[in-house]
Amino acid sequence: MPVIAFLICFPFFAAAILSFMKKHGKTRKYFIFTCCILIVAAVLYFVTDALLSGKNATYLTETHAVDTLMLVAEIGIMGLVIYYGVRYKKYYVALLSAAQTGLIVWLELSGGSEIEGMHIVADKLTIIMCLIIGVIGTLICVYAVGYMKDYHAHHTDFKDRRPFFFAMLFVFLGAMFGLVFSSNLTWIYFFWEITSICSFLLIGYNKSQEAINNSFKALWMNLLGGLGFAVAIVYCAKQLHVVELEKLVTMGTGTEIALIPVILLAFAGLTKSAQMPFSGWLLGAMVAPTPTSALLHSATMVKAGVYLLIRLAPALSGNLAGMMVTTVGGFTFFITSLLAISQSDGKKVLAYSTISNLGLITACAGVGLHEAVWAGVLLMMFHAVSKSLMFLSVGAVENSIGSRNIEDMHGLIVKLPELAFIMIVGIAGMFLAPFGMLISKWAALKAFVDSNSVLLVIFVVFGSSSTLFYWTKWLGKLVAMIHNSERLPNTTKGSEWFSLISQAFIMIALCISFPVASLYLVEPFLGDMFHNEVPAIISSGNVNIMLMMLCMIVILPIAVRLLTFGKKKKVVMSYMGGGNAGNDRSFVDSFGDKKGMYLANWYMEDYFGEKKLLMPSLVLAAAAIIILMVIAIGGAL
Amino acid sequence: MNASVISVILYLLLGPVVGGLLAGSDRKITARMQGRQGPSVLQPFYDLFKLFNKQAVVVNNVQDFLVWGFLVFIVFTGCLFFSGGDLLLVFFALTLAGIFFIMSACSANSPYSSMGAQRELMQMMAYEPMVLLVGIGFYIVTGSFAVKDIIVFSNIPAIVYMPGIFLGFLWILVIKFRKSPFDLSTTHHAHQEMVKGLTTELSGNILALVELSHWYENVFLLGIVGLFVMTSDWWSGLIAVAVCILSYFLEILVDNTFPRVKWEVMLKSTWIVTLIAGVINIMILTLIK
Amino acid sequence: MLKVSKSPWLLHYDGSSCNGCDIEVLACLTPVYDVERFGIINTGNPKHADIFLITGGINAQNEPVVKQIYAQMPNPKVVVAVGICACNGGIFKDCYNILGGVDKVLPVDIYVPGCAARPEAIMDGVVQAVALLDEKRKKFRKGATE
Repeated sequence: MPVIAFLICFPFFAAAILSFMKKHGKTRKYFIFTCCILIVAAVLYFVTDALLSGKNATYLTETHAVDTLMLVAEIGIMGLVIYYGVRYKKYYVALLSAAQTGLIVWLELSGGSEIEGMHIVADKLTIIMCLIIGVIGTLICVYAVGYMKDYHAHHTDFKDRRPFFFAMLFVFLGAMFGLVFSSNLTWIYFFWEITSICSFLLIGYNKSQEAINNSFKALWMNLLGGLGFAVAIVYCAKQLHVVELEKLVTMGTGTEIALIPVILLAFAGLTKSAQMPFSGWLLGAMVAPTPTSALLHSATMVKAGVYLLIRLAPALSGNLAGMMVTTVGGFTFFITSLLAISQSDGKKVLAYSTISNLGLITACAGVGLHEAVWAGVLLMMFHAVSKSLMFLSVGAVENSIGSRNIEDMHGLIVKLPELAFIMIVGIAGMFLAPFGMLISKWAALKAFVDSNSVLLVIFVVFGSSSTLFYWTKWLGKLVAMIHNSERLPNTTKGSEWFSLISQAFIMIALCISFPVASLYLVEPFLGDMFHNEVPAIISSGNVNIMLMMLCMIVILPIAVRLLTFGKKKKVVMSYMGGGNAGNDRSFVDSFGDKKGMYLANWYMEDYFGEKKLLMPSLVLAAAAIIILMVIAIGGAL
Repeated sequence: MNASVISVILYLLLGPVVGGLLAGSDRKITARMQGRQGPSVLQPFYDLFKLFNKQAVVVNNVQDFLVWGFLVFIVFTGCLFFSGGDLLLVFFALTLAGIFFIMSACSANSPYSSMGAQRELMQMMAYEPMVLLVGIGFYIVTGSFAVKDIIVFSNIPAIVYMPGIFLGFLWILVIKFRKSPFDLSTTHHAHQEMVKGLTTELSGNILALVELSHWYENVFLLGIVGLFVMTSDWWSGLIAVAVCILSYFLEILVDNTFPRVKWEVMLKSTWIVTLIAGVINIMILTLIK
Repeated sequence: MLKVSKSPWLLHYDGSSCNGCDIEVLACLTPVYDVERFGIINTGNPKHADIFLITGGINAQNEPVVKQIYAQMPNPKVVVAVGICACNGGIFKDCYNILGGVDKVLPVDIYVPGCAARPEAIMDGVVQAVALLDEKRKKFRKGATE
């Protein structure tokens, strides 16, 4: 229990100190490193303790003081939002915030939430989430130290608000810890709102017009989800007399009583995880500095949405709420992978890919059966690791070459070999066998087939092929060996390297050790959730074969190198119809002049571009949500 | 266990032989269809031998490793399949092999191989849904993804339950065998609009390895065709071989009849066929089971 | 039985030909003459080719191109000059832009005269070139560099 309190409160405390450390120097750098080490140590202590004791723990029935503190904080947040809303003339934001905070304040003050129950829970899923937040989150903070220095060196027109930035990162970590440890709905809601605010403030970090607009977009969409959350809490407290998530889920499994709060909570989860039609905010959030994109918008904050959906999974199985979640999730998975094909901005591709993978996890949670949730949890784990690795490497590359357009990464393996290699590892981890995401996608596919969700099978099958397309395109750009390219000076800082290499190791280690993780963490969690045992979804035979594949991929370059050692191959020019100008980069045209050769990837905007696909998919997804929510709520009332 | 080891060894040793003979008879039958005599059925072996005896010229020093990766994983895919392994994992390994091949073309940084790589990627995107549906179809019918379970499942061949999926698979075999109308990225035909596409910058023994990989791959793909027909009776194996030969002949016929199409036509038609033939079949299967 | 000459792949290049010889070369691929029965394939790619079949004479513009294509062909390789223009410039020999036949820039192994060269003659030349390939391969294996 003290460890848990430490994990939740210490980051806030660190953030407070950081906001006062205005000097850009070693003191602040080492302070951040120390805080990160402390957090990681605390997480590891908590995890070891929880695994050794073997049982789930719940705490804290008496929390009146903390509740009051939270209420005050919530009103403070509302004030902040109203201030910004008025200042930038985005009044709808102020309205949304007032509405949801008003509901919660009314509930608290009228004593409606004084229902007995636990406030803190620490089960196996909490362990997984803690590891993600604690390890990946702190690695991203470490990376941010080096990255932000380069960022401001390149963008001298942006105001240097680094103390604020780092403070916000730690506030966010604290909020995430709070979110995953809470079992009381009002507490989850409180931390949920803090993450929305952090996202809003961080997206608008550089205060450019685009950043401000995008930050408000993120804010209103998240606040809309928060409003749904607040209504759900009020309904739960008043009608059902529960405020604990666990109790709500148990109540909602197999019955229709809790359908309204469940579907509203699911709606909140969908907005937080940027599912269609709320995908716009995540795309717009890419304007923020890379550590933000990595931490909030791929590894952790958006995971809060799917985390909630996974918790709700048993209550989603087989009813309209589940149908809404699976339809939206599967459709999002497919459409965003098509949209990613048409993007050439590296961060936009990563954003669409994030939404796509979140869609798959959403669909797994919506199916709500043991196998599907197993796949969903595994997807969440692998995605958190791989995607943050990708974002961080794109950030490092952007600092080195000055662009994050994939077209400019052509030939990176010669220009910046180490970064290119890490990026290749990251991309492979996103979709290739035998790496993690593929394993989870396989499990998800099997789970969908077993649960007879034909629509989901179609979405996954078509979505996988388009996923394959945009990742391989990117991979192809990286490995192009352009003759006589020069290596670029590598300005990546030590802290960035440390973070990148650690995450690459973690990713590969996770690919190898996922059966262990499944056995000790995921399976027990699912056993508690569903009260049944299901045979291993990926049999040990297949795991062995995948390990074999992994070994082969590693041994292959070494073997080829050894076998061809000493044999010199004749290097010739590439074929350009005999008109190669001699340097493999230009050809001689019919007038005898040199023309530069340019190789571009296919983007096919006429078919997969946002202009073509975005509006119809937003409309379809919105229609699905509205129709299903109306039927569900109308039917239950 | 023993049967699977023997199958794997047979595949490793006989795969190139059968694959080469298939390629040779392809050229012979094509020639006869065009009113010509055509080369000897053993011609592909002569080609392979010649390529091994040529000097290898390269444009960079990673393309060889990537082509080796392609060969190794194609052989791995086939071995996994013939040893009775998990069908979905087999298809994922096939995808991995394809990625290696595309990478070797991309690394060359040359116009024709890059275009070939993009087209090959488009081909993969077109056929991947159908390929996954094949695995799923077998799972719904037999309750297992493992090839060794699928073969002995019952005495009714799977094709009776999965006619749509079988037709869809034959459709995408046109892409996999690199035959007109879907031979966009590289082909064995003479002079094509993109020189040789993916294999433009490969030569000598590396090109020979690509040929070898294609033979192993073709044998594996015909193995999947046979899987639709195999039952627990031993003589179904003979019927499977006959069906394979007939399907291969059908592919050759299609090759000689249709001109190459643009990628839009390939993608749209393949996805539509996948939706109609594959998905409707799956829906019916889920209703029955 | 397994000789390099069993699978000669050729690359057909038009230097400055009037296309008469080119049409005859392509006629060899048609069912009437069917060159594929010898295993000959017309690849469009120097890196895959053993035989470099050139029609038409060499002028200033295609001189570097021809050299480049020849350099991109792996060993062993033979060059066949088809048509009198490729052999020595033909009727265009005295033109200001024609440098002469192919042997002005490349070592030619087989000359096939004619205007236009007949398919039978072309095939005769290619078959002889193919026999040369075997000899060259032996030399190449013995360690001839490059």
